[in-house]
Amino acid sequence: MTNRKGVTPHEAAKVADGSMLYLDGVTVSFDGFKALNSLSMIIKPGEMRAIIGPNGAGKTTMMDVITGKTRPDLGDVLFDGGVDLTKHDEAAIASMGIGRKFQKPTVFESHSVYDNLILALKQNRTARATLFAMTGKADEDRINELLELTRLTAQRDLLAANLSHGQKQWLEIGMLLAQDPRLLLVDEPAAGMTDAETAETAVLLKEIAKSHSVVVVEHDMDFVRDLDVRVTVLHEGSVLAEGTLDQVSSNDRVIEVYLGR
Amino acid sequence: MAKAETMTEANTTPRYSSWVLSALTDRTSVSVLGAIGALAIACVLLNQLPESSAFHVPTYMISLFGKYLCYAVLALSVDLVWGYCGILSLGHGAFFALGGYAMGMYLMRQIGDRGVYGHPILPDFMVFLNWEELPWYWYGFDFFPFAMLMVVVAPGALAFVFGWFAFRSRVTGVYLSIITQAMTYALMLAFFQNDMGFGGNNGLTDFKDLMGFDLRSDGVRNWLFLSSAATLAIGYILCRLVTTSRMGKVLIAIRDAESRARFLGYRVEYYKLFVFTLSAMLAGVAGALYVPQVGIINPGEFAPLISIEIVIWVALGGRGYLYGAIVGALVVNIAKSYFTVAFPEIWLFFLGGLFVLVTLFMPRGIVGLVGETIGSAYGSMKGSARRRAEAMGGADD
Ligand SMILES: Nc1ncnc2c1ncn2[C@@H]1O[C@H](COP(=O)(O)OP(=O)(O)O)[C@@H](O)[C@H]1O
Ligand SMILES: [Mg+2]
Repeated sequence: MTNRKGVTPHEAAKVADGSMLYLDGVTVSFDGFKALNSLSMIIKPGEMRAIIGPNGAGKTTMMDVITGKTRPDLGDVLFDGGVDLTKHDEAAIASMGIGRKFQKPTVFESHSVYDNLILALKQNRTARATLFAMTGKADEDRINELLELTRLTAQRDLLAANLSHGQKQWLEIGMLLAQDPRLLLVDEPAAGMTDAETAETAVLLKEIAKSHSVVVVEHDMDFVRDLDVRVTVLHEGSVLAEGTLDQVSSNDRVIEVYLGR
Repeated sequence: MAKAETMTEANTTPRYSSWVLSALTDRTSVSVLGAIGALAIACVLLNQLPESSAFHVPTYMISLFGKYLCYAVLALSVDLVWGYCGILSLGHGAFFALGGYAMGMYLMRQIGDRGVYGHPILPDFMVFLNWEELPWYWYGFDFFPFAMLMVVVAPGALAFVFGWFAFRSRVTGVYLSIITQAMTYALMLAFFQNDMGFGGNNGLTDFKDLMGFDLRSDGVRNWLFLSSAATLAIGYILCRLVTTSRMGKVLIAIRDAESRARFLGYRVEYYKLFVFTLSAMLAGVAGALYVPQVGIINPGEFAPLISIEIVIWVALGGRGYLYGAIVGALVVNIAKSYFTVAFPEIWLFFLGGLFVLVTLFMPRGIVGLVGETIGSAYGSMKGSARRRAEAMGGADD
């Protein structure tokens, strides 16, 4: 696949050198409607980036493209400086080290919190391996660590269906971490949370960002302010502005988009 | 903290033996296997009593029970794919029938030259059709081990090829159910053809011997019945091993949230393919044991309605417990045997009505309801809360 400038993935790879995630000219249309319109963005290793933008700006679609759920019509999507993600499916991309939290919290409801984490643990994912998989001490320790981190130790044996909305969000973040990914894509982690939970989630994500590259999509401006990272504003499928939160929120076009609706 | 500490200690070294052992010896398994064993032995012993005794179980009853046990194995195979992986197969009758045909072909070859036409090799229906020689795909079926191999290979291969295309193309839900119906329907039409070489609409029948022993003898009847019980026990253990392994957890994860499982890196299609093929093989074994006990296999076994009925057994017994499927198959078929004699016209209405009632009022089936009743009578706070949670978790899919 070549992008709009006719750059081959090979050449693009040179530009993408040293990046964790590289999007260039990514376009996705649904029946002629462009959900992503020549979107370009670079995430550096170890960076945490917040993505904001009004509903329908294409934030979730961008994550779909990165994780292999949606194939772009045009553009390059490169991981780790050169792996062409448009050539792989969801399972392969997840195994490369890209973890994703959905906008709507999605955990395995009829499994316990513990089993949800077991399933997410980094391990051989083939059917044959899981048939004979045993949980060792190292796995137990890691799960206990994650339970602690996501404050779910007391809920260890509870079915995920019985968790509160906020706890499900946290469990899903815990599952993300269990995968030990290199890049985390987190779609609206604070949605439906109380103010206190939202603040704690920001603390948790900042903790995670110390050792991972993270892309967070969020609406909540206070939350984004808490994160205190570089912000990209999406609008109608492309980047409207990029910079610190103060910079982008004083940008005239951003104000127009947010206040104009 | 101290609690977490002891928990990890118990699990320090991974042990396969504990997995296998618990599949065999945990309370559920012991109850199920014990019940199967006790019933099987009791029936055979009661069959030995003199006919004058009030407790004598006649041999035809033994074969009838044997047939029910085959249905229970079939239901088990459906529960494995539907209850644990969310694959609502409405075509498992086809796998059952294929296993049955493989056994039927062996039994036909056992007739030898004792057919009505006395042909040394060809079964009667081929002589009747003026065929000169045995079709190539009948070769080897006079050899028992080969026929038994085909009992699992034929349905397994069909399931594998079918699943390969369906699961890789991500056909799910009602679309998958519909194409499984189409599959069994197409096979039914094919097997009706005389040219197929499987006896057309008469199917395969008039069997005489099994491994040289007279099929009508009490000994062989008892032996077949015990084999069916053993198959049910082994099938149960097999399914239990799969469902209590980590793979079992992945299967449930796929059932609950397929795309989440994909984004965790699980290749959903291969899991489905594995469990679907395994289940088809189990259904094939059930069919193979069924045929000598009922004495016939014909294309009617491929009828789409039969596959739907199997799903009803499982739903009624309780989906996702394994033993629920066994209970469902036994209860429905015992009721069916009674109703089709006593009130033949209303059987289908009865079955349909039962299904509607269960779906509406007993989403966890008979065993779920019984479990809840016992749970609320004796249950500790924790037990009943968990059961309620399970009921909630499963009700939405
Ligand atoms: N599968 C799809 N089919 C058609 N339109 C879609 C699909 N997915 C997303 N869209 C549209 O693309 C636009 C962007 O959606 P989305 O990425 O979910 O936005 P955001 O996450 O920023 O709110 C929306 O207008 C949405 O309706
Ligand atoms: Mg969104």
